[in-house]
Amino acid sequence: MKKMSPLLSVQRLKVYFPIRGGFWHRAIDHTRATDDVSFEIMEGETYGLVGESGCGKTTTGRAIIGLHKATSGKILFDGIDLAKLRGKERRRRTKDIQMVFQDPYASLNGRKKVLDIVAEPLRNFERMSPQEEKRAVQTLLERVGLDADAAYRYPHQFSGGQRQRIGIARALTLNPKLIIADEPVSALDVSVQAQVLNFMQDIQKEFNLAYLFISHDLGVVQHICDRIGIMYRGRLVEEGLAEEVYSNPQHLYTKRLISAIPEMEPAQRLAKRRVRQSVQEQYEGAYDQFFDKDGKLFDLKKISKTHSVAVP
Amino acid sequence: MLTFIMRRMAIMIPQLLLLSLIIFVLAKAMPGDAVSGAIQGNPDVSAEQLEEIRGKMGLNDPWYTQYSRWLGDFVQGDMGMSYVHQQPVTTLLAGRLGNTFLLSLATLIVSYLIAIPLGIIAGRWHQSWADKLIVGYNYFSIATPLFVFALLVLFVFGFYFNWFPLGGSVDIQAEGGSWEYVVSKAHHLVLPTLSGALLATAGTIQYLRNDIIETKLKDFVKTARAKGIPERRVYTDHILRNSLLPIAAFLGYEITLLISGSIFIESIYSYPGLGQLFVQSISTRDFTVVSALVMISGAAVIVGTMLSDIILSIVDPRIRIE
Amino acid sequence: MGKALLEIENLQTSFRIKGTDYAAVDDVSLCIHEDEVLAIVGESGCGKSALALSIIGLHEPRVTDLRGAIRFEGENLLELSRKKLNEIRGKEIGMVFQDPMTALNPLLTIGSQIEEPMKYHMDLSRIARKERALDLLRRVGIRDEALVHARYPHELSGGMRQRVVIAIALACNPRLLIADEPTTALDVTIQAQIMELLKTLQSEMQSGILLITHDLGVVAETADRVAVMYAGQIVELAEVDDIFARPLHPYTRSLFQSNPAKMPRKGRLHVIQGRVPNLENLKREGCRFADRVPWVPKTEHARSPVLQEVKRGHFVRCTCYKNFHFNTGRSGEKDVATS
Repeated sequence: MKKMSPLLSVQRLKVYFPIRGGFWHRAIDHTRATDDVSFEIMEGETYGLVGESGCGKTTTGRAIIGLHKATSGKILFDGIDLAKLRGKERRRRTKDIQMVFQDPYASLNGRKKVLDIVAEPLRNFERMSPQEEKRAVQTLLERVGLDADAAYRYPHQFSGGQRQRIGIARALTLNPKLIIADEPVSALDVSVQAQVLNFMQDIQKEFNLAYLFISHDLGVVQHICDRIGIMYRGRLVEEGLAEEVYSNPQHLYTKRLISAIPEMEPAQRLAKRRVRQSVQEQYEGAYDQFFDKDGKLFDLKKISKTHSVAVP
Repeated sequence: MLTFIMRRMAIMIPQLLLLSLIIFVLAKAMPGDAVSGAIQGNPDVSAEQLEEIRGKMGLNDPWYTQYSRWLGDFVQGDMGMSYVHQQPVTTLLAGRLGNTFLLSLATLIVSYLIAIPLGIIAGRWHQSWADKLIVGYNYFSIATPLFVFALLVLFVFGFYFNWFPLGGSVDIQAEGGSWEYVVSKAHHLVLPTLSGALLATAGTIQYLRNDIIETKLKDFVKTARAKGIPERRVYTDHILRNSLLPIAAFLGYEITLLISGSIFIESIYSYPGLGQLFVQSISTRDFTVVSALVMISGAAVIVGTMLSDIILSIVDPRIRIE
Repeated sequence: MGKALLEIENLQTSFRIKGTDYAAVDDVSLCIHEDEVLAIVGESGCGKSALALSIIGLHEPRVTDLRGAIRFEGENLLELSRKKLNEIRGKEIGMVFQDPMTALNPLLTIGSQIEEPMKYHMDLSRIARKERALDLLRRVGIRDEALVHARYPHELSGGMRQRVVIAIALACNPRLLIADEPTTALDVTIQAQIMELLKTLQSEMQSGILLITHDLGVVAETADRVAVMYAGQIVELAEVDDIFARPLHPYTRSLFQSNPAKMPRKGRLHVIQGRVPNLENLKREGCRFADRVPWVPKTEHARSPVLQEVKRGHFVRCTCYKNFHFNTGRSGEKDVATS
């Protein structure tokens, strides 16, 4: 990939949520859901944000699209800082960023027809006659591999994989440059998951899309992502090309995460178990060394051109 | 826990203040005041004298002075004079408050005694004939207007069979404190309580039934069954424990509902309680009494909701707050 | 392999939907031995959970019809009275559910939920029960057991709750543990720990485990034998090494091909044409997978396929596996909305 200016550049992003307590129900402390996170996504690239539940990956994605307010930091998209924009102006700017959610059963309004679901973003941003709108929606549905007359059905008439395609069609209506996909295949069966993953790769090429792929499933992330960032307790602890991070993890937390991936060779299970045990021991032994004297995880430091890790 | 209860009580204070302010403003907006009601129309009193009396009574003071005086008196138990009865409102309320409270409590107990077993039966054997019968009863009691039902009961058991008295809260001849007095009180309570309770059960039955049907399908009930414990214990220890929780929590709220809902029942059975007084006072435009009653029932709702919150926080560990 | 613990013979579990019976589990026969982990793999709707719930009688009896036999140490569970069945479940058979967030009663302390089955199945004093509960908590890897014993479910993390659910299942030293997707709701690192725990406990207790899962990785790491279910039937049953090295049935092979963990980066994953049939329009005759491999000629499928032993310990349903090859054309990728 040739060096160009990034499509999205998240700089020192912090998203804090207040913890309320005491008699007056005042904010007594903060949860640092996203705590000083920086990364970049290039045009057409797939960036995986990986971590376990509660690590802040979803909060980060939601802050980029504006579902959470950034406490501080910059979110530069096409050179404009989204974190500073509010209301209408922000919505106008973020129409190039769309989101796909985890649960294809819950994220589509069951009482609306597919036509209305997919056309909703169009209605918010563009003036179209009903015919034009219908044509646009049907073209999109065909793009995502559904029949044109699927527009007149309701979400419950589709399978999980098809529903996820509807969600993606909806995200595609405004020709976005970046799609934030929050666990898009986690609720799907393996064979359906395969359909959606293949399809996401197809439309990526076709529309030159960039993905922020948020997931806890390392198998899927390894398959689809160019670069990945490992999140732990609101911070990035390691970042690099997918193959680098998988084959040569540097941070102990990354090592632990990767050693937890189930081994697909039954014959290797004992060996895997031993690896896992030794990583766990190292992890427990070196746990305190993850943090600086203030109890904060270290900043990322470059160890090669593409690979960085949070070490002192 | 203590902090939670204290905070919950602290929230109550502004609620009550706001309520009193609204009532005060409404009362002021009504035509006439204490002076006009009591004295005006008396040809012996001139307009100047009226003004003088008004000035002495503080009726020409700015509203906030009047309000704080009214509120201060109210808190000390002086709710003003009823100009229809020519009695302090406090005296007027004293006996009736007790009567209404007694009626509400009796109605609540009887309605739970009916509703909880029926709700449990309908929920546990959902779609059985018993369930269908109970649901039918429910629809009937929801659809029947309260006054029709109460009148019917009064006619049949009071007038036709003459089993129960037609009105009042106690036999006039019964001596206070005697055994006859207690029996007479109870005897007078039967009809209003029953007709109030029979209709109040519908909501509880419906709620309990639906909650049990829903809880039956919960995962933790599967866990309980997989433990191999008797079906009876699956119900008592797991399903009912969870389904009765909202009912228990609703208790505080329910009782205030009954107090404010006593208007019809008390009017029909000429039962001397707050509801009956309320209806009378409105028709005679006795606004001091009306505003005192509104204030009391409003306060009862606020206290009742607080009670519900506190009960819930005690019985539900998820809400328990350190 | 130890002696047979649970033998299922021609089990058929049907649910009544709008007056008609539909078989969610159809003609399933299998056997679990003591000291063995038998995994049942399949996608949602294949009947694997319905099978598990049939074993311990957790289906709503009014809408469920169970046929065949489920013999536990020789006794047919389907013929037992409710009371007799209760003497087996919780005591001889423990169950671990998928979602630890909902599997525990929110109003009872952890301690009382673990001690509950002991009250009915073991002759222990109150103090002895508490001792045992604390010991179980320690064994499932909870360090501050006294503290957790007095806690309520909502005060614990998902991983901790799943450990508690396991402790409940093990409370009375069951001979058989049924684990229905025990790690699906958990994070990867927790998942690894929980599977490790199940394996360790099993070897301590010499009991059998029936592991229901959709995750081939979990199967590869824990199972001794594997049964693959599709549309209510077992389509392949074999030793774990055997099935991972040489899967035979087209469905098993397709499942492996669509798993991203087994495929090279950025490569295309295999997609199975069509979709899993739902209960109401499941076809009853012939090879149930035939519609999804339309390029395999009809003559390759058996007319009434049965599970056949093709090699020692390796069973396959239908004959179509013999000439199965993957269709490399991309035409199969477009799936059409059906309602």
